[in-house]
Amino acid sequence: MSLVNPVFVDEVKRSGEFNANACMNCGVCSAVCPMGIELLPRKLFRYVLLGLQDKVLENRETVYSCLLCGMCEANCPAGVNIAENVRSLRYYMNKKVFKI
Amino acid sequence: MPLPIGDTIGILADNLRMRKSVLPVSAKGAAAWAKGLGLPRGGETVIYTGLMYQMIPYIAAMNKVQGMIEDSRLANFVGLGRYINRAVNISAFMAVPPKGTRQSFNRVLVNIALLLKQAGLEFGCLYEDDLYSGALIYDLGMDDVLADHARKVYGALKKHGVRNVITVDPHTTHMVRSVYPDLIKGYDLNVKSYLEVLAERDIDPRAGLSGEVAVHDSCVYARYENMLNQPRTLLAKAGIAVREPADTGRFTLCCGGPAESLFPKKAAARARARVEQMKEAAPRGVTMCPICYVNLQKAAGDRMIIEDISSYLVRAYCK
Ligand code: SF4
Ligand code: SF4
Repeated sequence: MSLVNPVFVDEVKRSGEFNANACMNCGVCSAVCPMGIELLPRKLFRYVLLGLQDKVLENRETVYSCLLCGMCEANCPAGVNIAENVRSLRYYMNKKVFKI
Repeated sequence: MPLPIGDTIGILADNLRMRKSVLPVSAKGAAAWAKGLGLPRGGETVIYTGLMYQMIPYIAAMNKVQGMIEDSRLANFVGLGRYINRAVNISAFMAVPPKGTRQSFNRVLVNIALLLKQAGLEFGCLYEDDLYSGALIYDLGMDDVLADHARKVYGALKKHGVRNVITVDPHTTHMVRSVYPDLIKGYDLNVKSYLEVLAERDIDPRAGLSGEVAVHDSCVYARYENMLNQPRTLLAKAGIAVREPADTGRFTLCCGGPAESLFPKKAAARARARVEQMKEAAPRGVTMCPICYVNLQKAAGDRMIIEDISSYLVRAYCK
């Protein structure tokens, strides 16, 4: 069972650019992702919004596999800032997990 | 097994912090391309390379080692490498590219300078003060390290009286045009890619070229910087039939290069997929980013000739 961290989204969010809550879970991003990252962004962003910190940290390889190529963003009907959101997650992990 | 993420990022970040570059390119070596071109030092308008073309041969050499480490027990020792790296630059031992590779990447920069001269532009360059833009560190989310470094780059440009910056690759263009303004208060540089400058100046070809090429758009130029028409216009005006691969323009397919430093095998698979799309469009391919160039060229092997766009343009416009 995952523990819920109610302030997780605020910890990850560095600016108004983190707009994961605009996501309507349509799956277009997963369909077009050249890396086949099924988890990103829809599930991972949902975990952040729900405060499921463990789930996000478990998936660190996915977060760093993203090419930031923006193919998902170019196709996203909801205008989610996917690449910027991924960079926010990396920033968070660099600090909290890798202590860099 | 992928490389240890935290330690690999740590080595790159330590290098930028301590040595002003993520990889061991000496300032003198990075400025070697400009030798003999007679470019003034600094001035109102400069060509700023951001070291991407100079660094790629080192990255390619390092990735070869990383690719071998990735699936071996040596991956466990990357953490130890980070500690050693703080005292001795370990990437200098890991990555020594052949001289010929370095020269061919320097040639791209020479071509670009010749094209700008041909277009009648007066410009200088920064020689040893031409610093890496920090693009990789930005992608990896190391924003604090980046903010300090961006100020150093801006300081170097200001010290030389620069107002207009001409960039040579998409990643550096994006950094100094779209990322730095958010990091530096009062940022006041005008930034254009050399392809934008050449297209704007509407230069005429000296020699007509022929044949077809498949254009590979860089994700960063196409989606982040909205630069799509200029390369096509310049190639078409030179007489080349521009062919579009299946995913193109704003929907271009990534070459896989950005995954290279952490997941070399995944990056190679992406590059192979893109080469297949390009091969279906034309027998030759053209790129406009050093990362795309090295990745796609490696994936294509002798099945397809892939060149940097500057090679075509210099043949057409600089006779
Ligand atoms: S394409 Fe956009 S709206 Fe659809 S799942 Fe992905 S992020 Fe959410
Ligand atoms: S930026 Fe590219 S690699 Fe990353 S999730 Fe989107 S489509 Fe996939």
